[in-house]
Amino acid sequence: MNNFQDWFRQDRLPHIYCTGCGNGTVINCTLNAVNAMGWTPENTVFISGIGCSSRAPGYIVTDSLHTTHGRAIPFATGVKLSRPDLHVVVFTGDGDLAAIGGNHFIHACRRNIDLTVVCMNNYIYGMTGGQGSPCTPLGAVSTTTPYGCAEPPFDLAALAVAAGANHVARWTSYHVKELTKAIHDGLETPGFSLIEAVVQCPTGYGRKNRLRDAAAMVGWMRDHAVLMQRWRRMQEEGTPLPPGAFPVGEFVRRNLPAMGVPK
Amino acid sequence: MTRLEFMQGNTACAEGALAAGCRFFGGYPITPSTEIAEHMARKMPKVGGVFIQMEDELASIASVIGASWTGVRAMTATSGPGFSLMMENIGYAIMTETPCVVVDIQRGGPSTGQPTRAAQGDMMQCRFGSHGDGSVIAVSPASVQEIYELTAKAFNLADRYRVPTFVMADEIIGHMRERIEIPDAVEIVPRRPLEKGSLPFAAGEDGVPGFPAFGNGYGVHVTGLTHDERGYPSTTDPHVHERLVSRLVNKVEGARQEMADFEVTNPDAEVVFISYGAPARAVAQAIHDMDDERVGHLRLRVVWPFPDFALALFKSARVFLMPELNLGQMAREAARHTNVPVVSIPEIGGELHTPDRLIACAEGYL
Repeated sequence: MNNFQDWFRQDRLPHIYCTGCGNGTVINCTLNAVNAMGWTPENTVFISGIGCSSRAPGYIVTDSLHTTHGRAIPFATGVKLSRPDLHVVVFTGDGDLAAIGGNHFIHACRRNIDLTVVCMNNYIYGMTGGQGSPCTPLGAVSTTTPYGCAEPPFDLAALAVAAGANHVARWTSYHVKELTKAIHDGLETPGFSLIEAVVQCPTGYGRKNRLRDAAAMVGWMRDHAVLMQRWRRMQEEGTPLPPGAFPVGEFVRRNLPAMGVPK
Repeated sequence: MTRLEFMQGNTACAEGALAAGCRFFGGYPITPSTEIAEHMARKMPKVGGVFIQMEDELASIASVIGASWTGVRAMTATSGPGFSLMMENIGYAIMTETPCVVVDIQRGGPSTGQPTRAAQGDMMQCRFGSHGDGSVIAVSPASVQEIYELTAKAFNLADRYRVPTFVMADEIIGHMRERIEIPDAVEIVPRRPLEKGSLPFAAGEDGVPGFPAFGNGYGVHVTGLTHDERGYPSTTDPHVHERLVSRLVNKVEGARQEMADFEVTNPDAEVVFISYGAPARAVAQAIHDMDDERVGHLRLRVVWPFPDFALALFKSARVFLMPELNLGQMAREAARHTNVPVVSIPEIGGELHTPDRLIACAEGYL
């Protein structure tokens, strides 16, 4: 295939995503990376759980499993171990991966099974209308945190590093080139790879948190994403980190023993 | 040449699965089913299959369904508490028509109940435990020989009808050690592949679509959402949902004659025991001891879909007696299908009915 657009099921359009949603950007980045790997629809499988992000495989021409909430990774584990020659990519979101699927997530990192997981982190449950998730920032407003979120969020990338994944990166839907490169790195790396893609959800999150439209949200991501090298330097120097800032870049790339790698 | 062995029921279950070509086992330890996973852990690598111990039963059944979509025969084994956790993805397997085998070595419940004692308390759960309408297949073995045979058969049924198929055994059969004759080979009827160019969820008269295994260029989208014949979500059209779910139910319920598997003793009897699983052994002893043609036995090997027509084979029956290791679950099902009174003989706590108790029950009606 030459064109990433050939990967889409044209007869499934229009898609369900809201105006201004960042998920489409991440899907495009993923398909560009898959295409650049030289993979084909015949040897690539997309697997997802439940949520807005998990609708992605339904728009792609490959074999795909749209599974139950939080369980995409164990389904993918069964596919990959039975057919290690197939390339298996998981689409998920912060609610799917970090809340209901949290246990499967850390165990897949520990097994270091040869999957690439692309998590669209929009800080919210988008499909059900904007409830707080385990990644909703402290103080942020959602329909279930109307007075501001009182719980600290998970750092998904740090969690994956600690649990043993071979490759972990975080970018945002603003950083299209970097995100595509990071996904490509994940596809290349034997073992488990997590690419956390912070995405805007103007409908479910932005409107409640003074980021009224997609442009405001993408601008916020641009202004608050701090390159990993700079982030580490600031930490070493003891420089105060700006409020709301978060590190982006490659968290880890290593070659620990992995499962499901084709021989 | 068959091979004679002295074997535990759980081991025989795993051996039956391997003989049937099972090459993926995803499981999680739970009493009294654990020996199945342990045996698979030893054996799978030697036959080129996959054994994986997952992080919980939710993941076990999910991995099994994922493996099945690559065309592999896949299985998990568990008991009550784990079976409860699997209900979510069993519904997914029903909705997506994924062949898979789930072994439930039943123990006393509810909740953690009696981990080491036998029960048949999950008979309704296997049929109705996942939300929504749907149908499944269940077999119930009464000996070590039979858990071998019926586990192997479960794979054929799962593949033929594309539905999760349950081996509803119990702690007695799972942990019993008995003589078993292992055949050279078991009958294997492979999954019918989808014809190229056909819609992946369009079915012929039998209601069962061909199987589009992953990695063969079918490009099939599989979803637990209500879907049309292309596999595409269609969640608000009442006709699409009605058409899909009716087919999922009818392909199993409409085939109950075809897949029926039971034994009849003394068809002219007036007092007839109906049994499945371990209690069948006590019934067989009672019938032997009574030596009375007025007492009969209907022993079920396939329990779901329930063979309603089998009750009518006993034309002289005045009463059906149904000993179960629960408070009368399948007795209620039997009673739906006959005007002859069905009397439950419940036994809970972990002990099997004694033949003497069953004889006393039968004599009360003679």
